Amino acid sequence: MKVALFITCYNDTLFPATGKAVVEVLERLGHTVEFPVGQTCCGQMHWNTGYQDEALPLLERFVTQFEHCEAVVIPSSSCVAMMRDHYVLMAEKIGDPQLMERVKTLLPRVWEFSEFLTKKLGLTDVGAYYPHRVTYHASCHGLRSLHLGDGPMLLLRSVKGIDLVEIANLDRCCGFGGTFAVKNADVSSAMLAEKTLAILDTGAETCAGADNSCLMHIQGALHRQRTGVATMHLAEILAGTEETHQCFVHPKAIDGTGVRV
Amino acid sequence: MSEARGAILDRIRAAKGASSTASAAETYAQISRTYLHGGDRDREGIVDLMEERLREYDAGVFRVAHDEAGAIVARLLQARGLSRVLVPAGLPTEWMRGCEFVVDAAFNAGELDSFDGVLTTATVGIAETGTIVLQNAPGQGRRAITLVPDYQMCVLRVDDLVETVVEAMGRLEKTKELATTFFSGPSATADIEMTRIKGVHGPRFVDVLLVS
Amino acid sequence: MSRIPLDPRTAPSFQTAAKVSLQDAQLRKNVKHATEVIQAKRKKLVDEKKDWQELREAGRQIRAHSLAHLEIYLEEFERNFTRAGGVLHWARDAKEAQEIVVRLTKEIGADEVIKIKSMTTEEIQLNRALEAAGVKAYETDLAELIIQLGEDQPSHIVVPALHKNRAQIREIFMREMDLPDLGDTPQDLADAARTFLREKFLRVKTGVSGANFLIAETGGICIVESEGNGRMCLTMPETLIAVVGIEKVIPRFQDLEVMLQILARSATGERMNPYNSIWTGVHEGDGPKAMHVVLLDNARTDVLADGEGRQTLQCIRCAACLNACPVYRQTGGHAYGSVYAGPIGAILTPQMMGMEHAQSLPYASSLCGACYEVCPVKINIPEVLIHLRHKVVERSGWWAPEKVAMKAVAAVFRSEKRFRAAQRLGRMAEAPLVKKEKQVEGLVQLKGSETTTPGWIGWLPGLMGGWTDTRDLQAMPKETFRDWWEKR
Repeated sequence: MKVALFITCYNDTLFPATGKAVVEVLERLGHTVEFPVGQTCCGQMHWNTGYQDEALPLLERFVTQFEHCEAVVIPSSSCVAMMRDHYVLMAEKIGDPQLMERVKTLLPRVWEFSEFLTKKLGLTDVGAYYPHRVTYHASCHGLRSLHLGDGPMLLLRSVKGIDLVEIANLDRCCGFGGTFAVKNADVSSAMLAEKTLAILDTGAETCAGADNSCLMHIQGALHRQRTGVATMHLAEILAGTEETHQCFVHPKAIDGTGVRV
Repeated sequence: MSEARGAILDRIRAAKGASSTASAAETYAQISRTYLHGGDRDREGIVDLMEERLREYDAGVFRVAHDEAGAIVARLLQARGLSRVLVPAGLPTEWMRGCEFVVDAAFNAGELDSFDGVLTTATVGIAETGTIVLQNAPGQGRRAITLVPDYQMCVLRVDDLVETVVEAMGRLEKTKELATTFFSGPSATADIEMTRIKGVHGPRFVDVLLVS
Repeated sequence: MSRIPLDPRTAPSFQTAAKVSLQDAQLRKNVKHATEVIQAKRKKLVDEKKDWQELREAGRQIRAHSLAHLEIYLEEFERNFTRAGGVLHWARDAKEAQEIVVRLTKEIGADEVIKIKSMTTEEIQLNRALEAAGVKAYETDLAELIIQLGEDQPSHIVVPALHKNRAQIREIFMREMDLPDLGDTPQDLADAARTFLREKFLRVKTGVSGANFLIAETGGICIVESEGNGRMCLTMPETLIAVVGIEKVIPRFQDLEVMLQILARSATGERMNPYNSIWTGVHEGDGPKAMHVVLLDNARTDVLADGEGRQTLQCIRCAACLNACPVYRQTGGHAYGSVYAGPIGAILTPQMMGMEHAQSLPYASSLCGACYEVCPVKINIPEVLIHLRHKVVERSGWWAPEKVAMKAVAAVFRSEKRFRAAQRLGRMAEAPLVKKEKQVEGLVQLKGSETTTPGWIGWLPGLMGGWTDTRDLQAMPKETFRDWWEKR
């Protein structure tokens, strides 16, 4: 299959390793990846913060960039949730019936990365290897908008060598919430404190997730407190294989306190 | 006042467009009611469930044959040391045994407060929730009599037990305009550190006879 | 005594108020405990109820339908309630409602009333108006009694005093009820409240309440409660005055079969709460001889007029959203600056009490969606929050720093060239803030790419400073994804 990658604005800029990992996994599974270069942002930050007019052009941009694609894969639950929950409403506001048609035709072909593997490809074992203790953080969008369910856990459980530990209160928000993290920084930090505690309680070396937005916020505290615990996108864990004896290591996991092998 | 009435109704219509009785009736009928209506327990199972729920509320529960009811009432009242019990008009006299019974005669608050307890029957019981429903009808009386005394005994016929809330509302449909009270356990509060305390106002002690 | 006034017109922003609440460890402990207990109880009963989702959907439809035909059902209620001996009043706003209630108490010569907990009477600050008119109002709900005697403010819709523990309550009761030897178990405290209130129940001739539901078909009123103080207030007095929001009406008696099932499980985690009272107007020889209902608008029609905000009025005041909310969990209710706190408060207060007074509330949420998941009538609170944020933004001037920044970023996103330029610029701009990490020997390389060991940023200026107060931020890698893609 030819799969188009929508990397997302923040992954492109801050977490390129996640994109590289997605490419690695999809190619290993025998698919071709394309990258429409005109892509920028899905509009979520603007839409969710109340800047609706500013978000509308970004919908059109996304549709134009990707409507020719057989499948679109996005390593970010919140961006996919943005599209599924709001793009039709946004198209209504724009008031262009043709655009609406194009949106409705494209949306069923848009997938979050883990659900592309489990639901579209029907896979749970992608031949990955990651011999570390890992816990999984479920983002609210993944849980409640995309209903990812136990898809990500099934993928992780199939990783060879992994020591997977479940986190307590999986469904409690980490406190990122987009601009909430800054506009209500104190409450966001209070929520993060509990999430950090829950992660440390698992004894995990790595906290995995399907959303670098949450992970960036979580890693912010894990690093500030010098815990040595890393966060990694699910794709990066799935990218490493035993054959190549190489685990896909995310740059932010290296902070001088340890080497990941 | 009618000025406010007109203004508010106008604002409602302006807010969402005027409706009509006919359109309301039509769309009301379209509300999807795919929730469960009946349960799947048999009669015995329903009584068992009712007993289980009542016991969870720490109510005394006694399953009796109808000809034993009077004797059980007497035994229970005497065991609790009650001497003056209030009853509504229309209560079967064969149940009024074991102490002095006084029929409600529009007693005031102070007079109601002087009774040790109250004895009534009920309109319907709901097993799923352990609920007993009283209405202002013969044998049940006005609301104040089951409110002020500290002890409440209810004699409930097993035939008046249903399993679900939906079934109960169906039974109540014909008498829906009567003053109605649903009892599900003794009064309680969780306002203090979420610790459930029983018996704030309303009867603190409840016995239920399930009569077949 | 609450340090934060609960009037949106004077309350500080949520961010400011939250700072204060967050410093109160006892408050946070009490809130966490209380919300966890109710959530656990609710979950157990919801899991056991096989038709829970069907009930929620029916609940949503019944409530939405009632709002869609609101004038029809209010008029039907009026006819039937009046036929049954009730007297109906209409109040356009809080002031008018206060005036009606005060007038009614004057007409019957009442100088004291007993009250059942009613969010609506809190909303219109009725007690203050009564007090000003020389009428003493006794709260009889245990939590409201605690709040009233403690000169405090409610912090939760269903368990208003959850921010208080037993020691704090005991202190209040000892002082206000003159009980120097009061024990400290919850039972002791409840017994003290029972004695204190009982003499009022048996003596005071006027009751004031709200209502959970108005039944159009019969002209009936339904009040749902746990303690029995409700039954006392609506059975024992000679006159009962109920202040009820216009949105509380439901079409038929039968609809209670849904509402009662979803309300009890959601509000207190019970299959059915201890007492439900349903009565119709005036009943001969049973209950008050005079029954008044004051229907209250108070901007509800404004909410009704907003197509995207209207679903807010579906609320049946169960407070399940408060219990589920991870933000409320940290701050408690006072931080919301309104008698309506938590997720429902964040959407109800700005819409009903004026957006200009509550601009921070729509942002008091991480949009996690837990509230929507538990709402028994399926109010999509996150969607309404986003809608209200848009309204807040529309009101702000073009010069607002955040708006300037957001517009600039939007312009960047509209062009791939500008986006790439902005990425390069960002990397340059942050460079002075980055604390470089030492390169580590023997590091495993990233497959197919140069080593990137971004440093960390521990401090950011301006709007972004909130992040770095408690979190580090990884610096931008030297190469973006699209840079890498181009090279491969």
